[in-house]
Parts: sequence; C-alpha cells; structure tokens
Amino acid sequence: MNIQVNRRHLLSGAGALTIAIMLPGKKAQAAVFGAEKRPPLDPRNLSSYITINADGTVITYWGKMDMGQGTDLGCAQMVAEELDLPVDKVSVLQGDSGTSVNQGGASGSTGIQSGGVTLASAAAEARYQLIEMASKHLGVPAADLTTVNGTVQSRSDASKKVTYGELIGGRFFETQLEWNKQIGNGLFVKGKGVRKPVSDYKVIGTSPARRDVPFKVLGTGDYVVDIKVPGMVHGRVIHPPVAGAQPVSFDEASVKDIPGVQIVHEKGFLAVVAPREYDAVKAMRQLKVTWSDVKPPFSGNAKLYDHIRNAPALANGSAKDVGNIDATFAGAARVIEATYEWPFQSHASMGPACAVVEIKDGGATVWTGSQKPHFTGDGVAAMLGLPKEKVRGIWVPGPGSYGRNDAGDAAADAALIAKKIGKPVRVIGMRADATGWDPKGPASVHKARAALDKDGKVIGWDFGSKGFSRLDVNSNESAVYDTLAGQAIGVDLKPTNAFATPEESYDFSAKRKTWETIAPLLDRSSPLRGAHLRDPLGPQIHFASESFIDELAFATGQDPVAFRLKHLSEPRDVAVVKAASEKAGWQPRTAARKQVSGDVARGQGIAYAQRTGTRVAIVAEVEVNLKTGKVWGRKVTVAHDCGVIINPKQLTHTIEGNVCQGLSRALWEEVKFDDKNVTSVDWETYPILDIMEAPETVDVVLINMPNIAPSGAGEASMRPLAAAVANAIYDATGVRLRQAPFTPERLKAGLA
Amino acid sequence: MAKISLNVDGKSHSIDADGDMPLLYALRDDLGLRNPKFGCGLAQCGACTVLVDGEPVRSCITPVDSLSSSKITTLAGLGGGKAHKIQEAFIAEEVPQCGYCLNGWLMTAAAFLEKTPKPSDAQIRDALSGLKCRCGTHVAILRAVKRAALA
Repeated sequence: MNIQVNRRHLLSGAGALTIAIMLPGKKAQAAVFGAEKRPPLDPRNLSSYITINADGTVITYWGKMDMGQGTDLGCAQMVAEELDLPVDKVSVLQGDSGTSVNQGGASGSTGIQSGGVTLASAAAEARYQLIEMASKHLGVPAADLTTVNGTVQSRSDASKKVTYGELIGGRFFETQLEWNKQIGNGLFVKGKGVRKPVSDYKVIGTSPARRDVPFKVLGTGDYVVDIKVPGMVHGRVIHPPVAGAQPVSFDEASVKDIPGVQIVHEKGFLAVVAPREYDAVKAMRQLKVTWSDVKPPFSGNAKLYDHIRNAPALANGSAKDVGNIDATFAGAARVIEATYEWPFQSHASMGPACAVVEIKDGGATVWTGSQKPHFTGDGVAAMLGLPKEKVRGIWVPGPGSYGRNDAGDAAADAALIAKKIGKPVRVIGMRADATGWDPKGPASVHKARAALDKDGKVIGWDFGSKGFSRLDVNSNESAVYDTLAGQAIGVDLKPTNAFATPEESYDFSAKRKTWETIAPLLDRSSPLRGAHLRDPLGPQIHFASESFIDELAFATGQDPVAFRLKHLSEPRDVAVVKAASEKAGWQPRTAARKQVSGDVARGQGIAYAQRTGTRVAIVAEVEVNLKTGKVWGRKVTVAHDCGVIINPKQLTHTIEGNVCQGLSRALWEEVKFDDKNVTSVDWETYPILDIMEAPETVDVVLINMPNIAPSGAGEASMRPLAAAVANAIYDATGVRLRQAPFTPERLKAGLA
Repeated sequence: MAKISLNVDGKSHSIDADGDMPLLYALRDDLGLRNPKFGCGLAQCGACTVLVDGEPVRSCITPVDSLSSSKITTLAGLGGGKAHKIQEAFIAEEVPQCGYCLNGWLMTAAAFLEKTPKPSDAQIRDALSGLKCRCGTHVAILRAVKRAALA
C-alpha cells in the first residue's frame, strides 16, 4: 500500500502554489509563485475559484469545507469533469478566508448542491477561456477546439494542441463572472462557459479515494487542537454553576502557586490562562470564585413539555394551506389526534471545541473547527474591533461538527482573551463545557390531527409544532451577540424566531401546517440556547408527522406502506418508498404484528421525508428486549434520491453515518437539566449509541437522477429515521412511543 | 514539579511535571504528539488511548508518575515506522468522518487483534464497546476491524 505520511506532502503533489498557500504568514506568501499578483478575492473573479499551475494541475478554492463526508472530493470531481482532467489533477483548498470567497462554510447540506455547482460553473468558464486562449495560440477557430486530458486540441488536426499549463500555468485568470450578489450558501457565479451535458460525464458518478482519510488514520495531520503559535498561552473559560450567574469576585491567591497564571475577567466572562496547558486546567479548577446569587432559571426537564405547551407564542408561521381545513374538520365523521415530544439535544462533539487566535500586525488570524470559518473570522473581527478584511478565518479539522456547536463560542472566547492579555491564545473546554454549554437542538411539542369521512378516508390533516427557536443564536458566528462570550460581556441580543413544517407530498384534500416558537428559558448566556443541530428541526418534526401517518394507516385499517403510496403525489417520493420497502422485504400489515420469541419482539417500520429536494425513505427493523426495554436497530434500509450522484461510495458512507447518529438521537439522546443548569454533561449522563448497538446491516439503495441537479445528502437521511424506529417499535410491541428518545425506561413504561 | 521519565514509542524522554498530571498532557504538550486526543478527560470515550506495555490505557486519567518502568506506545509508534494493518484496513474502508475519535478505535482494535487474531463479530463489538464515535461511523469501523483480522 502506498501511503502518504504527511498531509502537506499530499497536497504538494498538486503544485508549489498549494503548499505555500497552506502556510500562513508573509514569508510563505512571498514564496508563492505569483501569489502577490493574485487578483483580489472577489466573488466576480474567476481566479477566486480556479487557478492552474505550470504543470497543468488545477487548484480549486472552496469557501466551504468537508467534515468527512467526501464533499471536497465531490467538488474536485465536478471541477475535473468540466475541465476534462483526471480527478487527481485537481486539488481543493477549503475553508480559509485567506484563499477562498465566503460560500457559507459547511452548512445546510449545500456542499455539493451550491458549493460544488458554483465551482463547476467556474470550471466551465475556465474551460471556455482556455479554448479562447488556445484559439489565438494555435491559430485555430474556437469551434474546432476541444479539451482532452488537460490539453486543448483541434478536432480536425490532433497535432495542433496546447496544454493548460502552457496557456496559463502560474498566471491567473483575469475573467470576470456574473455574480448573483450573494455571499454564503446562496453564492452563485456564471460565465460564458456552458457546463457539460450529463451524457459526457466521466468523473462524476465515480468513487475515487478520499484525500483526508490517510492523514486521519495515520495521525499525520493537524487538528485545531494541534495548532501552535509562538508565544501562545492556554486558556480555559469558567462557566457559572447556576446558569445566568455572574462572577462577583475571585480570589487570585487561590491560584498563585500556578506558574504564569493570569485571570481574565470582563462582566460575566471569566477565564484563566497559563503557559502550560495542564496549569490552565488546574487554575480553572482551583480558582475560588464568588458568583452572583441568581434565581434558578429553569424548572427542570421533567416539566419541559408542559412549559412549551403553556408558554405564550413569540412568533408563528405556516406553509400554504390546502383546501378549507376548518370546514373539513367541522364536517368530519371522525377526528384522530396525537401529540409528540422531542427533547433538547446536544451536539456532543467528540472533543470540546478548540480555537486559536493570534493578533498581529494590525490584524488577526483564527484557527477554528467551526463549519463557517469566514463568518467566524468576521465574528472575531467584531470582537476585536477590527475591519473584517483584517481577520483571516482558517478552518482546521475539529472534533466533528453537525451544525452550530461550541466551535463558534471557542473562537469568540479566544478572541476576547487574546485581546485582553495581548498574547496568542488557544482555548479548549473540558467535557462538561462541550456537552453542558454547547448550543442545543431545540425541544418541541407537535400536535397532529386528521379528519376522516364516514368511509374512513382521510380528508384533512392539521399539523402544528410549538417549540424553542432553532436560531436563539445564529448558525454563523459573525456577530458578537451570537456567541457565549459576547453574551457574557453584555452586548445587545438579537435572537431570531424560526421553526419549520413537514416536507412531504401527501395529497390530503385539506392540509394545514403551522409552527409557533416560544421564548428561551434564559435569554442570555444560556446552556439551552437553540441552534442548528444536524438537519435542524427535521428529526423532531418528521418523528411526529411520520409517526402520525402510521397511526392514521392503522386507524383506517391500512398497511403503512400502502397508505403512503396511495397518498403521496410526487413520483420521486413514491419511488423511494417503493424502493425501501421492496429492498427491506416489507411485510404488509394492518395492525402491529408483535412478533415475539423469548424476550425479544421484532418489528419493522417505515417513514419517509423530503429535504430541500432530496427524498429519503427508511425501513427500520428493530428488536425490543421485553425484559430490559432496550431497542436494537438491527437493520436499516435507506432509499435515497438526491438528484445526480457525484460519488456513490461517499454518498453511501454519509448515509451510514446519518443512520448511526440518527439511531443515537432516537434511542438515547436527551439533555437533562434541573432548576439551575444542564446536568447531562458527559458520556455517562448524555449517552450516545455504543458499537454494541450499531446495526448489523445498513442497506442503502441509491436512486440516481442524472438529469436533476444534485441536492443535499449530508442530513436528509437523519430526517425520517426516528419515525421509522418508532413505527418499528410499534410493530414489534404495540406500544406507540410519542416522546423521544426511546430509552429502556420509556419502553418499559409503555410495556407495563 | 518533578523529573519524570517516559519511554514513548521506543524513545526515552525526561520532562518536568506534577506527578499527578495525566499522561495525555505530557504526550501532547511536552512531547508534541498529536495522536492521543483530549475527548473527555474522564476515561469515557477512548480518544486518548495509548498502549502501556501492550495494554490499551486511557491516558487522560493515567498519572504521569505511574509509568516510569513502562513502555508507552502511541499511534505514531504502532506500526513501527510503517502503517499497522489496522491502519491499512481503516484506510481501505475509508472509515473516518471527522476522525477525532480514531486514535481510540485504532489502538484498542490493534491490541485486541494481537490477542484475538480470529475474532467473531460479537467479540469485535464487545472489545470495542465503550469507545465513542459521534459521526456514526460504527458500521465502517466494524468492516475495517474484520478486514484487518483477515489481513
């Protein structure tokens, strides 16, 4: 096996420019061939997305990044496709505001669907420009030229050819693109170059090897925790024992035996720093702090759902009504109703977030594991009072990221500390800071009603959600008020109220889908602030809506798959439901089958959902231990349609990851809190799926739609998973669980 | 502060540290090794795992002064200068997403396969139980450990 042992060496294979740009600092920049002449990083400049090295290899600059799902590779494939190059000739520089425009970071499963499509569009323009240049160079009309494996050549005389490297290698494209004036996920550019027809695809649809795997497995690359800057000190932030309490005073003498320790305090923000990391840990534990006496802000998670039901709505929204829902319910022969509940959940990333901030030469650099390093840089600039363009945000792999986790807070912590002590700072939390104090996926209550006519036909569906906003803090960290440190130093807050409704195509003749949000339990510096967690709101809403569809099927004496196929109106939705149920060997039934042998009950359940264009149906097969109440998701079958498939292997892996993480959230995950603070703060109190409980089989059916633009795949299969499991538990036991997670305690209570 | 001797990946080191400092801080902060990761500091996740005389140990709770006569192996030293078969298998199966937890799975699986070269599926799960992976790569991990066992 040929294994590259150094990530930078791996990248350097693609040309000198790559290796130099990976290294921050002026000296390194000066070493970059032509770098000083690189046109400004403007979304309109083709050079912001594509450059060609002297050896003809290509670098594409991606204002997003891959968190291990292979989307950078997908982008490389899309660019290689448009430029008629083998994929190994294209390297991707990602997630660095010093080298790429802000394409929104890893966000909303848009890596391929907007990030990759934008790079492909830029690559198509690069190809167009290369042909124009070659036309002049060779004296051949552009119409007679084509691109083959990194050369432009005449169709009529193959001896007339010139390589990309000869045409522009080491220089920059000067072409301007049409830009839609958006930054972030919505950024799109277009030139005169037209993208290839699907029929010509050679690289898209294949599964080359991922580039990040060797350095991760061999342990030869840097994570954020490995970043070191000369003169750097180690910081630890001290969070209050009662949420909302402020440090009133602290006893410096209590840490005076620790070498080089410094205490950093501003209003509600308190941290310690030390030159050695373990000394910072000791200082954090040892510092005697007097906290303000605040009224305990919470009422405990046992009263959570009553609180949500009773709290006044701050904001509301709805999908467009179908038919006349009120008249339909007024005239119904029968109404079926059910309520479902979903708890706060933690990102619980593998490690606490880490960030390094260095202030230097009138600017600053932040190294972060955040999904949105461009915005993180903006947030650090705001915290430091610097212009945005003076702060570089560099993404370095972190301990996993599935939304707005604690990474954005660590960057703000490091910025504030660095500003106050005038030294570069590395901040990382302890486990309790990560699981206890990260922003949370919001808790919610969902009420579903259906109107039936006298023949038992469903004629109306009314689905309402009420819960905490998914945007108490924004999903990017560009504003100080969206970070824990910012909130601690007292800036004005700007929370946004946002929820969502089910995404489906049921053809019920009257339909209403609504939502309401309520105020956060604590409006500032809260360990329960609502934020994006993988497929924001998707699992909770579709747990409720797809459990209810099952309830309707059984209430009307119909098989859950047949019921869905009868009512789904979009062919792609029908196709995933058919594909999943056929592959899983679906056994039709009109009541729970309760297949029991010994202590184990077996069942099968289906659920389906759309997610911004992607369609997923899942059949879960579970075993419920009737004695212990433990549920094992033994086999999970996923049918998945996200348009044209760029890389089938990485798509399959991404779905497998969603299945295991989704099982974890469905079976185990619930943030616990008492009146004072979050009490689920580590892996014992916030358990996740263990490998003993991993499925025996994850069977993935990929449905490729070559003529449909790619839609997101990073999160869609998370969406219907909890409902598929709940429906399988019902089939196994006859117990309908309407509150997640489906823990042994809840199963036993249901079975009793 | 005391002088502490450590033998890590075949090399002897001497550091100044509190005796009760966890080994993890010595490996990362004093020796500059990046493979053992801080995940929890509570021996609950395994990201910090090293081998002490061949046995997997959670370095985040192991006092640094308890190891003076022990041979410590980190991921960097696992394959003796080349990729260990467990690493080759994890690369072939393209296991990681974020990869932050990998150190624990690799070190634990390597020690397990040393003692149990022909494991059953149930034995593999049992041996790896307790390690955490948040990205949900469990089924890929199981495939990779099986592949390594057959290699």
